[in-house]
Amino acid sequence: MMAEAPLLEADRVSVSFGRIAAVREASFRLWPGEVLAIVGESGSGKTTLLRALHGEITPDDGRVLYRTAAGETVDLHRLSEPRRRALARTEWGFVHQNPRDGLRMAVSAGGNVGERLMAAGARHWGRIRAEAEGWLARVEIDGGRIDDPPRTFSGGMQQRLQIARVLVTEPRLVLMDEPTGGLDVSVQARLLDLIRSLVGELGIAAIIVTHDLAVARLLADRMLVMQRGEVVESGLTDQVLDDPQHPYSQLLVSSVLQA
Amino acid sequence: MTPATTPDAAYNEGYLDEQTKRMIRRALLKAVAIPGYQVPFASREMPLAYGWGTGGMQVTAAVLGQGDVLKVIDQGADDTTNAVSIRRFFTRVSGVRTTERTAEATVIQTRHRIPEEPLRAHQIIVYQVPQPEPLRKLEPRETESRRMHALADYGLMHVKLYEDIARHGRITLSYDYPVLVGGRYIMAPSPIPSFDNPKMDNSPALQLFGAGREKRIYAIPPHTSVRSLDFEDHPFHPWRATSCCDLCGAEDSYLDEVVIDDRGGRMFVCSDTDWCGQRRDAGHRGRLAGHALARKETA
Repeated sequence: MMAEAPLLEADRVSVSFGRIAAVREASFRLWPGEVLAIVGESGSGKTTLLRALHGEITPDDGRVLYRTAAGETVDLHRLSEPRRRALARTEWGFVHQNPRDGLRMAVSAGGNVGERLMAAGARHWGRIRAEAEGWLARVEIDGGRIDDPPRTFSGGMQQRLQIARVLVTEPRLVLMDEPTGGLDVSVQARLLDLIRSLVGELGIAAIIVTHDLAVARLLADRMLVMQRGEVVESGLTDQVLDDPQHPYSQLLVSSVLQA
Repeated sequence: MTPATTPDAAYNEGYLDEQTKRMIRRALLKAVAIPGYQVPFASREMPLAYGWGTGGMQVTAAVLGQGDVLKVIDQGADDTTNAVSIRRFFTRVSGVRTTERTAEATVIQTRHRIPEEPLRAHQIIVYQVPQPEPLRKLEPRETESRRMHALADYGLMHVKLYEDIARHGRITLSYDYPVLVGGRYIMAPSPIPSFDNPKMDNSPALQLFGAGREKRIYAIPPHTSVRSLDFEDHPFHPWRATSCCDLCGAEDSYLDEVVIDDRGGRMFVCSDTDWCGQRRDAGHRGRLAGHALARKETA
């Protein structure tokens, strides 16, 4: 069942770096609880688009509309910075490709998970701790490691910790930039499984940027295919992957080795 | 109280030139108007090294007038090198009256302590600050920490306290304990013991902070709320040695531990020398009163 208004709407978003047009007139809608994959090769503008959606870079043209939990529709790039930051730490989450960008490496796992709670105003140590313990269990990290800093964790554990840190405030929208990049296939599979079950359980809407079509196939309801800054094809994941229409999508699908 | 003297004619009054003093006063006015906010200022070279109180001295030089009485303390004591040399400096360059009595002073420059005797209205206390940015060790980027102050985005500060409790079972921070000033800005109180934090809250005196190397001035106007950060289930607890002063017997003052021989002997004494001396003059006696070490020096 779909709610009547989209959660996030990108309306002809364009971003250029000097003479290079990184994203050209990208438009799409994301509905509550939906998972959208953005695929494309390196340099196709998918990460730039994601950063524009997150408000980190201001698009040269177009706008990004977001419907808040209060039911108000706001233009992300016109919001005041305090407002945008408040949204970013309560209603959204961002999962970085490299967990080092998303975690505080010198702070314990528990502190990492608790940071967003404390930023949102939690001031009861025992409850913050209990919440962190619960989330470590949900992302399959041994509770005995709660006071260890993430630099002592493996790559897969760091990535799972980053996900726990983002999901602890139960955001409505999570943006993920290559969440499985740099992990070996078996760890990738477990991580994907975890993301799929958590996103399903919490009913979170997610946008996942990836160059890995298997990730899109497993997680996404719909996908966008980007090439040279433009969205060349969009549709239901199975539809795009099984019956690609655009020559570039066809090339992308046929480049994957069939195991 | 030492009488006023004629300042050394080779220097402008208060060492700094008039334009510099005006610049510092403008920064001070802004700091008072925005309690706890760090105001950048064009810190000058002073005739002593950074880290010895150059920030505090510049603030003192800017507020000192001819009617003022100056007291300088270092770790609570009036007779340590830093305190003596700064006091002598101001006697020489401004001819100001000086005192060791908290009650007589109108301007008190301090390093690491707030006097035990409660401050009154119309007194000014000037703190020497080595690191004005409470977020420095948590967030290395200056641009980001300024933005965090601007947006009151202070979750990170509590992460630090969370870590302390996770590791040690309690907040072990015992000095430079971060405070929330006027319900808005998180501020480093300079390395005073957390024992002194409650004295800053709602104080009738004007509190000024100067960081010379970091080029920042900030202030707490009189009667401003100053709350030490904590958790609901781990409330702020000012730290103090569980003993009493061996000279004057005070049970509620901040104590220094002093090793007195090579056989494990030690004594606790009030770190505030003026407070301790006044109590002894009033007849209070501690465990080691009368001991050779406890004889009161005559100035």
